[in-house]
Amino acid sequence: MNHKKLNAAEVGAKGLAGLKKIEMDKFGPFLALLVLFAVSALASPYFLRLRNLTNILRQVSYTGIIGLGMTFVIISGGIDLSVGSMLALVGGIGILLLNYLGGGAGAIIAVFFGAVVVGAVAGATNGFAITKGRVAPFIVTLGTMSIFRSLTLFISNAGEFRSHSSLYPSVGMGYFLGLPNPVWIFLFLTALFHLVLYHTRFGRYVCAVGSNERVAVYAAIKSTWIKFYTYVIVGATVGISAVLLSSRLNSISSTNAGAGYELDAIAAVIIGGTSLSGGSGSIIGTLIGALILGIVNNMLNMLGVSPYLQGTVKGIVIIGAVLIQRKGKRLF
Amino acid sequence: MSDILVRTAHLAKEFTGVRVLNDINIEIERGEVFGIIGENGAGKSTLIKLLNGTHFPTEGEIFFEGEKVHLNTPVAKNLGISTIPQEFNLVKDLNVYENIFLGREYRRRGGLLDHRHMKQRARELLHSLQAEVSPTMKIEMCSVAEKQMVEIAKAVAYNSKLLIMDEPTTVLTPIEIGILFDLIHRLREKGVTIIYISHKLKEVRQVCDRVMVLRDGEFISLDRASDIVEHEMANKMVGRELEQIFPPKPTPSDDVVMRVENLSVPGLLHNISFDLRKGEILGFAGLGGSGRTELAETIIGIRKKSAGTIFIKGKKRTIKSPSDAIANHIAYLPEDRQGTGVLVDFSVTNNVTLGSLKKYAHILINHRKETAQARKYVKEFDIRTPSLKTKLRFLSGGNQQKVSLAKSLDSRPEIFIFDEPTRGIDINAKMHIFSFVHDLVESGISCIFISSELEEVIGVCNRVIVMREGHVAGDLIGSDINEEEIMQRATGVKQGVAV
Repeated sequence: MNHKKLNAAEVGAKGLAGLKKIEMDKFGPFLALLVLFAVSALASPYFLRLRNLTNILRQVSYTGIIGLGMTFVIISGGIDLSVGSMLALVGGIGILLLNYLGGGAGAIIAVFFGAVVVGAVAGATNGFAITKGRVAPFIVTLGTMSIFRSLTLFISNAGEFRSHSSLYPSVGMGYFLGLPNPVWIFLFLTALFHLVLYHTRFGRYVCAVGSNERVAVYAAIKSTWIKFYTYVIVGATVGISAVLLSSRLNSISSTNAGAGYELDAIAAVIIGGTSLSGGSGSIIGTLIGALILGIVNNMLNMLGVSPYLQGTVKGIVIIGAVLIQRKGKRLF
Repeated sequence: MSDILVRTAHLAKEFTGVRVLNDINIEIERGEVFGIIGENGAGKSTLIKLLNGTHFPTEGEIFFEGEKVHLNTPVAKNLGISTIPQEFNLVKDLNVYENIFLGREYRRRGGLLDHRHMKQRARELLHSLQAEVSPTMKIEMCSVAEKQMVEIAKAVAYNSKLLIMDEPTTVLTPIEIGILFDLIHRLREKGVTIIYISHKLKEVRQVCDRVMVLRDGEFISLDRASDIVEHEMANKMVGRELEQIFPPKPTPSDDVVMRVENLSVPGLLHNISFDLRKGEILGFAGLGGSGRTELAETIIGIRKKSAGTIFIKGKKRTIKSPSDAIANHIAYLPEDRQGTGVLVDFSVTNNVTLGSLKKYAHILINHRKETAQARKYVKEFDIRTPSLKTKLRFLSGGNQQKVSLAKSLDSRPEIFIFDEPTRGIDINAKMHIFSFVHDLVESGISCIFISSELEEVIGVCNRVIVMREGHVAGDLIGSDINEEEIMQRATGVKQGVAV
């Protein structure tokens, strides 16, 4: 009898400690963002200017949107390294389609949906190889990263995809209620994906598959489909990002477009508190992670740090974020 | 005459304020086989871990060869205390001799490994144990029994004075157990002291000189093994008469709910046929590796069958995946709780509804409905958890198992397959599970009950199918359901159906 009581006490103590950890996981990135924001505001008088702030928001939107899709992939236990190359390919095809359709308003709408579909198909290719071919996600997407870029270079002969539409730039350059269009789309997708992750069966299943795929399979969850869909989703977000980026520049460079985006997208997810080992994560966290990266870049520019050194700082931020999260876990 | 190797005085251990071992005073003689028995959570593992230096005692002292010692792992090793763990610590890509000398390899001048010398020494060691294992065999290729021999050889190579064996026979076949017991006798003759921990009371009686019983971290008794019968041991372990544990067996009807015909999986299952009746508890007994879990996994569509048909209520059904199984109202409670049963990083609620989430969601999940259902189960099964949001990793094994049960039950099954439902949980949780099974069949659900604990199969089931090497080796009912009949069929001494 005594034993039973003790057990309950033990469970209670552990449960309480468990709660504290959850709070830390949830609010850690947010606290970091607040601190960074305050420090930046003190360090530079220009930081708080509206133009600077909207600029940061716009800059983080392109990789942030991809990061949202990437969050699902990472929670399910996967990774997608191909997103940067995929963006160039999808963006390039989008511009070819735009020019073919004449570049009017109807053409732009068609291109938007066309890019989402092409992105989703590219993502499905990854997903198919990973789930049906049973090749590790790292390997598959490392391969397609090379393939997508090479196809882009081949189609454009290593040059630029240039749009002939005069209307197209208004999509990526435009503002709505004081914020750049890409920012609105980023925020809208954040809300939508948050809803999907926490309030739909799909979101729950993604977490279950990433947490322990065998348990998920035994619980009648079709884990291969779940994993497949996460790659389709990240492909679709790449499509959206490709339209936003290409319309801002009215062109896509086959060599540079999307270069390094996979790093920023994955970094945003990780800094936001989603664990690379999968099982759980946060869409809001990814939003915060993207903002943190954006502010750090912005500050380095303002403080006149050499652009060549910015990669070093970014790397330190990524490793630091994971270290802090790891420490919270080691208490148990 | 009495040469005390190990003595403990008022040994106690607390974890985060919970006393798991209290006031243990024992004297273990040199060259004796000292048995320790007790339910899960009785403190056996904790006591071992104090003796091999994994944990420090909260109170009390340990004397080794008369001297007070402060043990940590290296100190214990140097004193000659070795443990043969349940999960072997062997590197599967290395050879037998490389494993034996892992971390203290013989070297030639110049620092290169002296393979010849190590091989020779390993051969001598294995020979002295009369173990027929080649020193150059890869661990990967060794049978479980051979791996255990290697572990023992490793311990002997350290010149062990005290050898601690934790459940050494769980993974062995009867023949291998015989070899192990011979080995234990030889070691004892060499003056090695052995602490032997096991759930199998018959074996304890057979191999040990003295037997200590622990319950809830307390010392209960210490007897000469020849003075105490298994029944007494069991009663002391549990602290009450054992008969009370099992609820009365319900009477099944004659309606066949599920008929399995000639089910085969190459290399695993061969022409398995049986009927499951409404309100029946059909037991599956057999040794480890006899194919019981594989059978369950084939029925629910996780494994591909090469032949065979499954009829549910007279109709032929195709079950190719666990979702097909659920659609046919078959639920499965997996054997490996944390590997296939529950998600330890998911909350109680999210685990309960994992397999039945469809019920709670149109497009969005109705969290309130989901929580209400989880709360119902927590109350009904007496699941001890600080909250419904607590992750399962913070619950005890028994409570995790109840969550796993609730999860399987939430898909509203008519056929419920239990696979080792009581493994690794304490006696109170076990009794909950037995009464749960009883209530299920009373309400008209049919159960398949797979267990390696013979006592359980005998106490719970209406009918018992014995499996051996993927075959049905016996189909027992009524008074034929006894330990002898089951074991003879499970080991192949006796074959056929007793009717």
